[in-house]
Amino acid sequence: MIRVVLPQHLRTLAGVDGEVSLDAQERPTQRTVLDALEASYPTLRGTIRDHGTAKRRDFIRFFACGQDITLDSADHPLADEIASGAEPFRVVAAMAGG
Amino acid sequence: MSGVQLLVGTRKGAFVLTSDGSRDDWDVEGPLFAGWEIYHLKASPVDPNRLYASQSTGWHGQVVQRSDDAGKTWEPVGNEFAYDGVPGTHQWYDGTQHPWEFAHIWHLEPSLTDRDTVFAGVEDAALFRSVDGGQTWQELSGLRDHETGSQWQPGAGGLCLHTILIHPDDPQRMFVAISAAGAFRTDDGGETWRPINRGLRSAELPDEDREVGHCVHRIAMNPSRPDVLFMQKHWDVMRSDDAGESWHEVSGNLPSDFGFPIAVHPHEPDTVYVVPIKSDSEHVPPDGKLRVYRSRAGGNEWEALTDGLPQSHCYVNVLRDAMSLDDLDPGGVYFGTTGGQVYASADGGDKWTAIVRDLPAVLSVEAQTLP
Repeated sequence: MIRVVLPQHLRTLAGVDGEVSLDAQERPTQRTVLDALEASYPTLRGTIRDHGTAKRRDFIRFFACGQDITLDSADHPLADEIASGAEPFRVVAAMAGG
Repeated sequence: MSGVQLLVGTRKGAFVLTSDGSRDDWDVEGPLFAGWEIYHLKASPVDPNRLYASQSTGWHGQVVQRSDDAGKTWEPVGNEFAYDGVPGTHQWYDGTQHPWEFAHIWHLEPSLTDRDTVFAGVEDAALFRSVDGGQTWQELSGLRDHETGSQWQPGAGGLCLHTILIHPDDPQRMFVAISAAGAFRTDDGGETWRPINRGLRSAELPDEDREVGHCVHRIAMNPSRPDVLFMQKHWDVMRSDDAGESWHEVSGNLPSDFGFPIAVHPHEPDTVYVVPIKSDSEHVPPDGKLRVYRSRAGGNEWEALTDGLPQSHCYVNVLRDAMSLDDLDPGGVYFGTTGGQVYASADGGDKWTAIVRDLPAVLSVEAQTLP
């Protein structure tokens, strides 16, 4: 099982209260986790990554095991703790005023 | 007795204000979609239970919400707005060419005949249509493909398509307005478009009579007389009597002819409302007095409507989609401000009361007359 923590607006949009659980993956990456997330919750399509290009939206960041992995390759394998579900993959909405 | 529902979009969510036909007491519900910018909500004229809402944030982009129970519950529908083909470029603020990039929806206009058909005016300026209740969207790219498209330039608020008017008798004819490109018309259901800006003069332009480049803020029509259009331009209140073929100024005795919204009374086609704003550099009411101006003569002769509106120390703005009228008799007039007030008049503008005073900045107000 892969655990995903979403920011508040996306939890509301997806209709979930807490963490999201996805099926386990053998070698999860940012791309495969986000693909699985969007497949399970289609209303999240376009809200984390752009339609078509899959480019990360500017004010979204990704954290794993306390590290900011936003700028890692989308195809770089995630840490074993993410693959095992010991740690969540975090989708973070950047701090912004206004 | 029928009633009225006001669909209010704000910087931080949507609010629904409901009253019976007396329009004396209002229930306030919200915020819906709290924390999101709600540029616009509008009901289908075919099915009053079908509502569409434009929901967006800088974090998560565009979401479209749909309700089938008059706003009690909502579901997200499609949010993929892909420009048709190779998007190309338009003129940027510095005169260079800039790629067309989708930002968000400014205005949603449901079809007059089909509840599942809805149009979306977006930034960067384009017109999209859905025929499946908002699940999927297709660009009507004949507009952006017009030979002047590469000359279109954003106003301070962005290159936005903010006004969509559908001809009530001829579904092939539609009007749209874009800041700062101008007004356009199609006579073939959106396949092809042409500018309809003859008579507009914009001193800010090197050629003040040019075909495109005019910062049109809003166009309004009375459905019983659809060839007569009224326009609030950046500066100047304009009128066309020939479906946009030509325009003439009807600013008359307004204290300022700068402003954003313009609306026409649903039963009196010569009764028009505007909210004069001091200037494009200040964006506040003249003299700190919030005044709606009404013409009963189709322009030129305007009277200030002030009863119930703040007449001192008022420095709010009223944005282009933030004024609306109901269909009751006497007609109700409503507008929202950037200060979070929503004002209502149940007598065509003679007397005003604030339904609410402390909402987030109001982006849009749509009056839905309930059956």
